[in-house]
Amino acid sequence: MIPAPFAYHRPRSLDETLGLLAQLGEDARVVAGGHSLIPMMKLRLARPEHLVDLQDLEQLRGIRTEPDAVIIGAMTTQHELIGSELLAARCPIIRETALQIADPQVRYCGTLGGNVANGDPGNDMPAVMLALDASYCLKRRDGEREVAAREFYRGVYSTALQSDEILVSISIPMSAEGQGYAYEKQKRKVGDYATAAAAVMLKMSGGVCASAAIALTNVGETPLFAKDAGDAVLGTGVDNAAVSEAVRCARAIANPTADGHGSVEFRTHIAGVMVRRALMRAKERAV
Amino acid sequence: MAKMHLELRVNKKEVEALAEPRLLLIHLLREQLGITGPHIGCDTSHCGACTVDMNGKSVKSCTVFAVQAQGADIITIEGLVDGDGSLHPLQEAFREHHGLQCGFCTPGMITRAYRLLQENPNPSETEIRHGIAGNLCRCTGYLTIVRAIRAAAERMNGAGEAAE
Repeated sequence: MIPAPFAYHRPRSLDETLGLLAQLGEDARVVAGGHSLIPMMKLRLARPEHLVDLQDLEQLRGIRTEPDAVIIGAMTTQHELIGSELLAARCPIIRETALQIADPQVRYCGTLGGNVANGDPGNDMPAVMLALDASYCLKRRDGEREVAAREFYRGVYSTALQSDEILVSISIPMSAEGQGYAYEKQKRKVGDYATAAAAVMLKMSGGVCASAAIALTNVGETPLFAKDAGDAVLGTGVDNAAVSEAVRCARAIANPTADGHGSVEFRTHIAGVMVRRALMRAKERAV
Repeated sequence: MAKMHLELRVNKKEVEALAEPRLLLIHLLREQLGITGPHIGCDTSHCGACTVDMNGKSVKSCTVFAVQAQGADIITIEGLVDGDGSLHPLQEAFREHHGLQCGFCTPGMITRAYRLLQENPNPSETEIRHGIAGNLCRCTGYLTIVRAIRAAAERMNGAGEAAE
């Protein structure tokens, strides 16, 4: 498969990149790992006139801590997330999730920024970012802004990101540290997109749930923050009855399409199963 | 679209090429450079038959543009053979353990296994299976491939110890 023709740009700095985007406008697309965009270009579902390759922007790579947050550069690859001791210690749900994305070759290239900014509801990291209450730092030539992950997603391939902006980093609040966590993903085979998946962050205090955040992957046009499901376990011992109520709440907002992954009923059912399993595992880890 | 001038290193040799930006790396390798070891299987980043090693990472060369490989260091199955023509321990082990039948997936499979063993010289069976999850084989059922990679790891570790 041969993509439509395009002009290729490989800027050396963030300033150069933002200048290019300001100048080229909607005719340009940035490419990070390329494993979402390039297949779309081969199918000619995406036909950018200009491709701006971010691979030389070292300042967009790496993981660092600030007093109240972990900051992950947008160009940090899934492979690097998996290998990060810092994340394994302080935010292990990211490693658990990255290991369930695609396959080793794709994870060497695929980036956290691409995964969260592409707007594909099948991507796994967005729901995790909703559960973590992460925020995204977006830059354009004349400024920058911070957008909460929970406010970022608008529809299929539609996000708050403007055509002259790029996502430069992801900020994860340190309140996530020490919480119980789980990302449960049902898929047909290794490397597949989720039939349905659930991310859970859970804080237990004296056997009672002090906070809970639940989000769903691939059962709607965007990742879904399941606020009611989280509230259902808040203040409980995350016992069977509370978990069942959370499952009911999650299924109530699930709105999947019927496709090769299954019927609407099946995928809605699986979304609930994933919430149940993720809550149980997060609870074990929270104690 | 105007062609771009590329300089990269393929199998330890400096090469130059002219490529349209939309040319995929697999087409540069196969059609311009005559390196036909990496295969085009699915052309949709699933099967791994086009796997090459690029800057120390296994990549599916059907999902990388040649222009993105500007300045890159690439190793294909052709580059694993020793200078004197003798096979790489992985190639020997695939032959001994019947790690192939039709052979179509083999160049990608071995090139991926090469990087896996660079990162993890002594992988368990489970680690091997996860490590080659991006390479599909429709003949073997993987059993003999896993055995071959395991055997190659043992041989390479043994050779390392003998050299010390």
